[in-house]
Amino acid sequence: MAKPKIATASLAGCFGCHMSLLDIDDRILKLVELVDFDKSPVDDIKKFTGRCAVGLIEGGCCNEENVHNLQYFRENCDILISVGECAIMGGIPAMRNNIPLKECLDEAYLNGPTVYNPSGKIPGDKELPLILDRVYPCHEVVKMDYYLPGCPPPADLLWQALVALLENKPMDLPYEVIKYD
Amino acid sequence: MAENLERDVKQICSRNGNDRTRMMDIVREVQDRFGQVSGQAMNTIAQAVNSHRVEVESVVSFYSFLSEEPKGKFVIRLCNDIIDKMQGVEKVAEAFREELGIDFGESTSDGKFTLEWTPCIGMCDQAPAALVNNKVLTRLSSDSAREIVQSLKQNEDENRLLHMLGDGNNADPLVNSMVNNNIRERGPVIFADLKHGTAIHKALSMSAVEVIKDVKTARLRGRGGAGFPTGMKWEFTRAASGSEKVVICNADEGEPGTFKDRTILTEKPDLLFEGMTIAGYAIGAGTGVVYLRGEYAYLRPFLESVLAERRNKNLLGVSILGKTGFDFDIRIQMGAGAYVCGEETALISSCEGLRGDPRNRPPFPAQKGYLTLPTSVNNVETFCCVARILDKGAGWFAEMGSKGSTGTKLLSISGDCTRPGVYELEFGITVSDLLEKAGAEDAYAVQVGGPSGQLIGEADFHRKICYDDVATGGAVMIFNKDRNPLEIAHEFMEFFCEESCGYCTPCRVGNELLKQRLEAIIAGKGTPEDLDYLEQLGKTVAVASRCGLGQTSSNPVRTSLKNFRGEYEKLVRENKDGMQRTFDIHKALAAGEDLQGRKSVIYAD
Repeated sequence: MAKPKIATASLAGCFGCHMSLLDIDDRILKLVELVDFDKSPVDDIKKFTGRCAVGLIEGGCCNEENVHNLQYFRENCDILISVGECAIMGGIPAMRNNIPLKECLDEAYLNGPTVYNPSGKIPGDKELPLILDRVYPCHEVVKMDYYLPGCPPPADLLWQALVALLENKPMDLPYEVIKYD
Repeated sequence: MAENLERDVKQICSRNGNDRTRMMDIVREVQDRFGQVSGQAMNTIAQAVNSHRVEVESVVSFYSFLSEEPKGKFVIRLCNDIIDKMQGVEKVAEAFREELGIDFGESTSDGKFTLEWTPCIGMCDQAPAALVNNKVLTRLSSDSAREIVQSLKQNEDENRLLHMLGDGNNADPLVNSMVNNNIRERGPVIFADLKHGTAIHKALSMSAVEVIKDVKTARLRGRGGAGFPTGMKWEFTRAASGSEKVVICNADEGEPGTFKDRTILTEKPDLLFEGMTIAGYAIGAGTGVVYLRGEYAYLRPFLESVLAERRNKNLLGVSILGKTGFDFDIRIQMGAGAYVCGEETALISSCEGLRGDPRNRPPFPAQKGYLTLPTSVNNVETFCCVARILDKGAGWFAEMGSKGSTGTKLLSISGDCTRPGVYELEFGITVSDLLEKAGAEDAYAVQVGGPSGQLIGEADFHRKICYDDVATGGAVMIFNKDRNPLEIAHEFMEFFCEESCGYCTPCRVGNELLKQRLEAIIAGKGTPEDLDYLEQLGKTVAVASRCGLGQTSSNPVRTSLKNFRGEYEKLVRENKDGMQRTFDIHKALAAGEDLQGRKSVIYAD
């Protein structure tokens, strides 16, 4: 039987959660025995090659590309997991949610003390995804099946959760493994 | 002007003994005098009462009748509870907007008018209603709204707005109000006659312990809604250590749809004060406080005169009715527009001149209440029952009603019925009998006990109004087939989100999340899982909240979901593709498209 496939994405995150995934150390060899990696920054596969069992999502949605990517994952994965604070709550990027978008962009591109921008315009190049009015946690955009908290979630948490899911066993999550910051 | 302000504020403080525990009276007076409690006024107050600016500010910012920003000379507060909305308050609102040229939450530039929404002001039986300063105006229409503004512009006197006075004591010069009592049924406990002093006289011929025993024999339970046995509460307060004790009457009738205490305060204040005095005797208290909701300020001069008369007759004061050693007096503490102050510990905070924050229990008020003194807080109606029990006997009282719920209950009925008003009925009456009395043959849903109570449907109309079945503090709101239970629940959730004091997270955040999810379902964007979510979150809010407000605030959602599940199920759809229907990418992108100067390519349609 073919190995189940997993995919990962980093949306409006810092790749810290992916780093934490790599932090499972030598267990990554066992993971490779268990699964194949499909679309993921780890292997740089850009398009899904087939249906995936599990999608791990780091980061929330701050722009249209994040939304598009997340919807693409939803279409192609049986189970989607919000990994880490940003995916679950919006995290640090969501700190802008209390400030009107215009103020944010004006400060970043026009009025900030270190800004050099002779055009006097907010960048709008087609290559740049359009920004959303606020940062959305993943579950407000698509249905998410599970949430793994932490900033980042500890490697042990990711490992335990993934293995339990793939082997269809109850999770063994001692108190120390679940961290909310 | 600045000097005047300082001088006047200092005077107000000194009239209140420069006592920081009388902060509510001080800031209310300053607000009335200047139309605001400015930063400068707050500094002056803080200095005068030896407090800090931040403490004054925390009070001013908490209550909706107080404000740091200047308010107009005439503050028009239009009631927007669900009954008023059903009776067409929006047309009245539109007329006010047009006449004044401002929206709600704004003031006119000449400083004459401020227009505001306010939750229930206790006039659901004569909705739509509004307060103009302290004047209550009832049965409004768009025409009368225009007349009100015209008259105020011309005469600058809210007293000239009344064309006709209400019935009974509403026409008393000290009340001078157009409010109608709408007492539809008079029972033997509350609305029967009582010769002033007879109940106190009987009480004083007994020992305090015997009085409490009588109240216990009558099996009297608190009329505010929770139904705690009154005798037991008094016993605890009496037994608590400390020589000084306090009796507080909770007249902060803020539960939307409740207006029963309004009729007691208007027609039977002596009965109430008689009951409080007996409580003072039974508990061993010398101080009584009536916490009167700010919306009922129009009743205050009248109540003060009743108190003065009782002092003249030695029914209050020193050695009452010649009983040496029994000294008891009552003062009125005005609230300032905060629903949460109906919760007893929040009410005590407010009486002490603080924000209306609820407190942790234990210690219970019976041990440590007002100014840390053992305190018994009882409902207006409860005190009235006590007076009658002492007058007529515990046995007489206990024969009425049902086993666990003796006596009569005042019910304030409003909504889709032909005879809204106050009914004094024996406990144990079925909901359907009640509906028949009120003229609500086509009732579809009934909210019993106000927003914090339950929304029941026809399947439950055979049930009885009493503590062991359908409990209520007195509010009964009736809705016919044209009303949507989800929208009713949503109205109430908006109310709770507004009135949450914000101290604890389950209440502050949980209610907001419940409201949002309900909105999604109403908009047709909900899924079947959302119903489980509402159930679970509702339970969490109820279990984890700190005070009675949060412990009951999810009831509109939980009970409408339980009793009208079909209405919910009609609206939800399976989410097959996993995309959230509540997320609107075009709406989320609109601002970005505008600022970045191009349209989305990915989401081009």
